[in-house]
Amino acid sequence: MSFEFPLLSLIIWLPIVFGVAVFATGDDRNAQLARWIALIGSILGFLVAIPLYTNFDSATGAMQFLENHIWFERFNVNYHIGVDGISMPLILLNCFITPLVVVAGWEVIKERVSQYMGAFLVMSGIVNGVFSSLDAILFYVFWEASLIPMFLIIGIWGGPNRVYAAIKFFLYTLLGSLLMLIAFIYLYHASEGSFSIEDYHKLAIPMTPQILIFIAFLLAFAVKVPMWPVHTWLPDAHVEAPTGGSVVLAAILLKLGGYGFLRFSLPIAPDASHYLAEMMIVLSLIAVVYIGLIALMQADMKKLIAYSSVAHMGFVTLGFFLLNAYGIEGAMVQMISHGFISGAMFLCVGVLYDRLHSRQIADYGGVVNKMPVFAAFFMLFAMANAGLPGTSGFVGEFMVIMGAIKVNFWYAFLAATTLIFGAAYTLWMYKRVIFGAVASPAVESLQDISKREFGLLAILAISVLWIGIYPFPLTEVMHATVDQLLTHVSNSKL
Amino acid sequence: MNFIPPDLAPASSEIFMLIMVCVVMLADLAAGESRRHVAYLLTQITLLGCAILTFVSFSTESTLTFHGMFVDDSMADILKLMVYGTVSAVLVYSHSYISDRGMLKGEFFSLILFATLGMMVMISASHFMTLYIGLELLSLSLYALVALRRDSLMATEAAMKFFVLGALASGFLLYGMSMVYGATGTLHVSQVAQIIQSGASSKEVLVVGLVFIVAGIAFKLSAAPFHMWAPDVYQGAPTAVTLFIGSAPKLAAFGFVMRLLVEGMGEMVTDWQGMLVILAVLSMAVGNIAAIAQTNIKRMLAYSTISHMGFLLLGFISADTNGYSSALFYVIAYVLMTLGIFAMIMLLCRSGFEAENIEDFKGLNKRNSWYAFITLLLMLSLTGIPPMIGFYAKFAVLQAVVNAGYVWLAVVAVLFSLIGAFYYLRIIKLMYFDDPETAEPIVSNSDVRILLSANGFAVLALGIFPQALMGLSLYAIQNSM
Repeated sequence: MSFEFPLLSLIIWLPIVFGVAVFATGDDRNAQLARWIALIGSILGFLVAIPLYTNFDSATGAMQFLENHIWFERFNVNYHIGVDGISMPLILLNCFITPLVVVAGWEVIKERVSQYMGAFLVMSGIVNGVFSSLDAILFYVFWEASLIPMFLIIGIWGGPNRVYAAIKFFLYTLLGSLLMLIAFIYLYHASEGSFSIEDYHKLAIPMTPQILIFIAFLLAFAVKVPMWPVHTWLPDAHVEAPTGGSVVLAAILLKLGGYGFLRFSLPIAPDASHYLAEMMIVLSLIAVVYIGLIALMQADMKKLIAYSSVAHMGFVTLGFFLLNAYGIEGAMVQMISHGFISGAMFLCVGVLYDRLHSRQIADYGGVVNKMPVFAAFFMLFAMANAGLPGTSGFVGEFMVIMGAIKVNFWYAFLAATTLIFGAAYTLWMYKRVIFGAVASPAVESLQDISKREFGLLAILAISVLWIGIYPFPLTEVMHATVDQLLTHVSNSKL
Repeated sequence: MNFIPPDLAPASSEIFMLIMVCVVMLADLAAGESRRHVAYLLTQITLLGCAILTFVSFSTESTLTFHGMFVDDSMADILKLMVYGTVSAVLVYSHSYISDRGMLKGEFFSLILFATLGMMVMISASHFMTLYIGLELLSLSLYALVALRRDSLMATEAAMKFFVLGALASGFLLYGMSMVYGATGTLHVSQVAQIIQSGASSKEVLVVGLVFIVAGIAFKLSAAPFHMWAPDVYQGAPTAVTLFIGSAPKLAAFGFVMRLLVEGMGEMVTDWQGMLVILAVLSMAVGNIAAIAQTNIKRMLAYSTISHMGFLLLGFISADTNGYSSALFYVIAYVLMTLGIFAMIMLLCRSGFEAENIEDFKGLNKRNSWYAFITLLLMLSLTGIPPMIGFYAKFAVLQAVVNAGYVWLAVVAVLFSLIGAFYYLRIIKLMYFDDPETAEPIVSNSDVRILLSANGFAVLALGIFPQALMGLSLYAIQNSM
């Protein structure tokens, strides 16, 4: 099935073009114009992404919406894009989050508005490019390019320690991706001159190179996910980033790593994946349990959510390397759901931070007395973060635990402890911030959420509940692709 | 003995250049103090004229003349055209800088043109003596250019170091060449190659000669461990001269290495490969690590140059068309980035104020967000982040290295470029994350503004569409081998 209309290209380039237009509005005298262009651009970006879902053929695991043009012949690199059941939901998630981020920064960002809004739009397009690239170099270009706007967002609009956080973020992720580049170049020569990812899937590779390739990919993706022990950049980046930056970082950028495992590690090096699966599972379980315990001890709300992100993403990598359908589909659902929940949690903290300019749990207390509507939303998201049945957080975790129990009871047992730890750190924080007597005169002066904030949180709340109650539309589109992936991975390439 | 006059056509642009240098000198004498720009305009016209001559007589196959001492082929023509463009850009960028500092004199222009002539001769040499003459013409002009501001202590010290070490390097090179002559009995590049191939020469003598030649080349390229002069010269020379030293001569140096190592001693590839590996790894290590500690931007860029030269040498290691064309692409990309960044430094200078420290980039985004954006592109490109051209340059070289079976070398290279990312990021940090210390506006002429914008934009545009330049590099090499 081929579409004449280059829909995917539109989805990639429309936000970038709008982003450049936003940059062009110049300094802060035109701030209002910049905001409106950014909003229109991001909403259009979401609208054009909708046909991707409605016209998606969920019966096949093959790539759809294909576009293939020569980019540069010298190294046989093509502008080759397409989506399958793994990448399509992630593109939708990205296009969905971008308008929310623009609205979230509407009044809060007062300095260099055009650069802020433009950076988010450009990043949105770049991330769509990462998810739809079928050419390794195209993928790499988008992958690295996504670092630039995030680096600037953290560094320019971040908190007091922003420079350290921004540079750490950049260097950490660069380290991983450079080795991935070497792996691509190796594969290019091994496949006798092709950068097509689909060619790599078919390529037979001996065991030793497979393991080395797997490790190169692992470094790139583990840093991005982030997996224990290379997660330390994330709490720093999250804490210092502005609210919008945290939302995009948690909701979108972490998914790049997870996506990488499914697109590269598993299908290109299936034998190494099987061989190293136990190591990956152990690393994931450490993230789930140990990072969960660390989250419990945090005094800073953003840091707490950052650690909880690491723990939740541990579930994602755990699901992948169980190498069964429950595990992988559960991990996919968990990625989408984590996008909504972590985004919402960071927005909630942002709401408080905009009012009191503090992220410390100890500075709050009794917020419910002053902000009842906000408290209700925050409650829902906190419950979802803890994995309450009926919210999206439950679906993914439950599926992964189901997958784990098929492999090994103790994996499932350890994974399931997250339901306890997750509930403990989230609800304990919620209790200290929201309940109790009004803690200080500052809290006393709090105003409940504005219409803008209400709208943002309501949209996210609906999404969280919708996936929690009726995940079928989401799982339906990924079935065929996941089945195909599993069949592929179970065949040795030696 | 009958004398056959040599065919002058292949050397027409060199001859034109030589005549014009004399014209520029005389015209400047005649024009006097008030009409200094005459020399500037004449120099630009000279470069344009050379470009037209080279372009019109573009050779698709190699032509030898002057009894086989001079060659004109596609690689030479393409490199020469690049050199003219680079020198012309250097002059545009440095015009207001030198006139603010009282250096807008005929000497500046005639020395630059002499240096350019030296580069052209190097690029077109097919005889070891021609190579050496071109190199010396370039080097001597550069020594004088560095010392142009003779009342500056830093500049004279830099010139002295440059001269002494440069002379030493030339000595190395000559000694190596004499060894080669001793072993083969000829100095013609192609004949040397033939005799080495036939195996009629003494291998031991050749290897000793090769060691000296490679050392000489490393000096000129500022590759570690022969890099000591570069930071002092970059720092001490007036920024306009640093810009010149850092840009066009690298193109000539590429041609020099091609003629000497690849065309002349290509048969000994296994011998020089190992030497280049050591030079490349050392350069990347020294350059990237030492650059972190620098506070002077020109010094930092000198170390950055050293590391880039290491990367460039990697391209030669694979010793095939793929590798050489990647190295050519790398050097073109490098020159483009260097031009932009030094132009930016000169832009930050005002009369009576030298932008020397990386701190001078503080808060550039607030002072002028367009220039900050251009610098951002340049810095990311130097780091090797896509979609900037610097990425494709690194990518091309790395794939050649992996193709040659040196996967470990590629891994070492990317690890060092990760270290390099730190000091480039620091500039971005200063521009975007810090507040400016001065509110003084950045003044620039419209020609500089347009050219600099085009330069920065080219770094991005050639990154998004790299095919043309990659194709050109491949064509230049394929057509000349």
